[in-house]
Amino acid sequence: MSQRRVVVTGLGATTPLGGDVASTWTALLAGKSGVRLLTEDWRELLPVHFAARVAIEPADQMERVEMRRLDRSEQFALIASREAWKDAGSPDVEKERLGVVIASGIGGVITLLDQFDNLKEKGARGVSPHTVPMLMPNGPAANVGLELQAKAGVHTPVSACASGAEAIGYALEMIRSNRADVIVSGGVEAAIHQLPMAGFAAMKALSTRNDAPHRASRPYDADRDGFVLGEGGGILILEEYEHAKARGAKIYCELVGQGLSSDGYHIAAPDPDGAGVQRAIKFALADAKLSTKDIVHLNAHATSTPAGDIAEANALRLALGKDSDHVAVSATKSMTGHLLGGAGAIESVFIVKALQERLAPPTINIENLDSAVTIDVVRDTPRPLPTGQIAALNDSFGFGGHNVVLAFATL
Amino acid sequence: MALNAADVLAGIKEIVEEVAGIPAASIELDKNFTEDLEVDSLSMVEVVVACEERFGVKIPDEKVTDLATVGDAVNFIVNAAA
Repeated sequence: MSQRRVVVTGLGATTPLGGDVASTWTALLAGKSGVRLLTEDWRELLPVHFAARVAIEPADQMERVEMRRLDRSEQFALIASREAWKDAGSPDVEKERLGVVIASGIGGVITLLDQFDNLKEKGARGVSPHTVPMLMPNGPAANVGLELQAKAGVHTPVSACASGAEAIGYALEMIRSNRADVIVSGGVEAAIHQLPMAGFAAMKALSTRNDAPHRASRPYDADRDGFVLGEGGGILILEEYEHAKARGAKIYCELVGQGLSSDGYHIAAPDPDGAGVQRAIKFALADAKLSTKDIVHLNAHATSTPAGDIAEANALRLALGKDSDHVAVSATKSMTGHLLGGAGAIESVFIVKALQERLAPPTINIENLDSAVTIDVVRDTPRPLPTGQIAALNDSFGFGGHNVVLAFATL
Repeated sequence: MALNAADVLAGIKEIVEEVAGIPAASIELDKNFTEDLEVDSLSMVEVVVACEERFGVKIPDEKVTDLATVGDAVNFIVNAAA
């Protein structure tokens, strides 16, 4: 029996650029930055005074009574999943054949810290009975699963900033292995709070360009000084190809493969040789039965850190060889900031849109391209992608040395 | 401090509306919290804690299961405050 094929039939997102996919994509093509100065007083405690908050607050997208028992990451998951589910035409699928795989890098950290404040102020009686369901990292997936009554399985892979991509890969395997026909997959993150920000700042991982926040996320620029924390999430409805065809679904593209590896090198630093990244790309291409010649676009992890961007660029060059000359590389974190566990998911949404519209989104804020970067970066304005059958890659890496590469192709 | 039953009912209506999103107008003395108003066990904990704060009474955990209806809660709070 031939392998079950998996296609994308719905998209949803809430990001620093917009409250849905359409507004986010428009802003992305226009090269807008979603990074802003924080308005909270606590910013003065930190060396970093800015972040990329979602463009539309959950309060404007859901009922207050529903919100109060959901962590912000769970709110993002429900908002993006509702959009994606509707976009997919609310598939008529048996509940036993419907799954959910939604990741988060950190989980309900805002709830955890807020409730600790309550405990200190009011004692144990002041801690909300919703605390545990709100702080658990599987909360976003669980809430979406409950809403849709998904019964094929609800899962949450956790691999720091690779989590969102890993969730989509896990969903791919669930459909291939015949555990499900439809999966709501993706990733979310809501960690804009003084504690996680102080932690990232202590690692010197965050940009401190406080005088120009919208210029702070600048992957591949010679003067990049760290990433910008973002929040939000992205969701893809993945569906078995014959199931999608049978119900006359709109099919965006095919998720053709994934490649996974780990560095075994350092808890936070990238392996400068990028050997793990190269292996993940090789595995993804083999899984997708593609060659480097087929790849025309890549949404890079490119977080704007001095070490990470170069390690990745070198690995891409080595993995793609001379074919990297025809791969349009976009570093969309220059506009969205870094959504951690949501990053691989919104960037997969961007890949799907790029294949649909045959447009690679731009990378902004490159004033002086780092001379060590030898890949073809799409700068400032979108670039058309070729006609005919084309394929694209999304790579994501996480603290811990996790590497995930997803391959998408037009049908 | 003595509490008046009508004031306690009005307060409970506000709390249940806030916690569970149930319109105050549909909350009456004979309504059962779980069966009629669909207040789940976690939200019931929130309702109890909010009532304690608002009315300055203590509602022991072992008494909470006895408070099936809104009327039960009103009576308990009025008596506890008496």
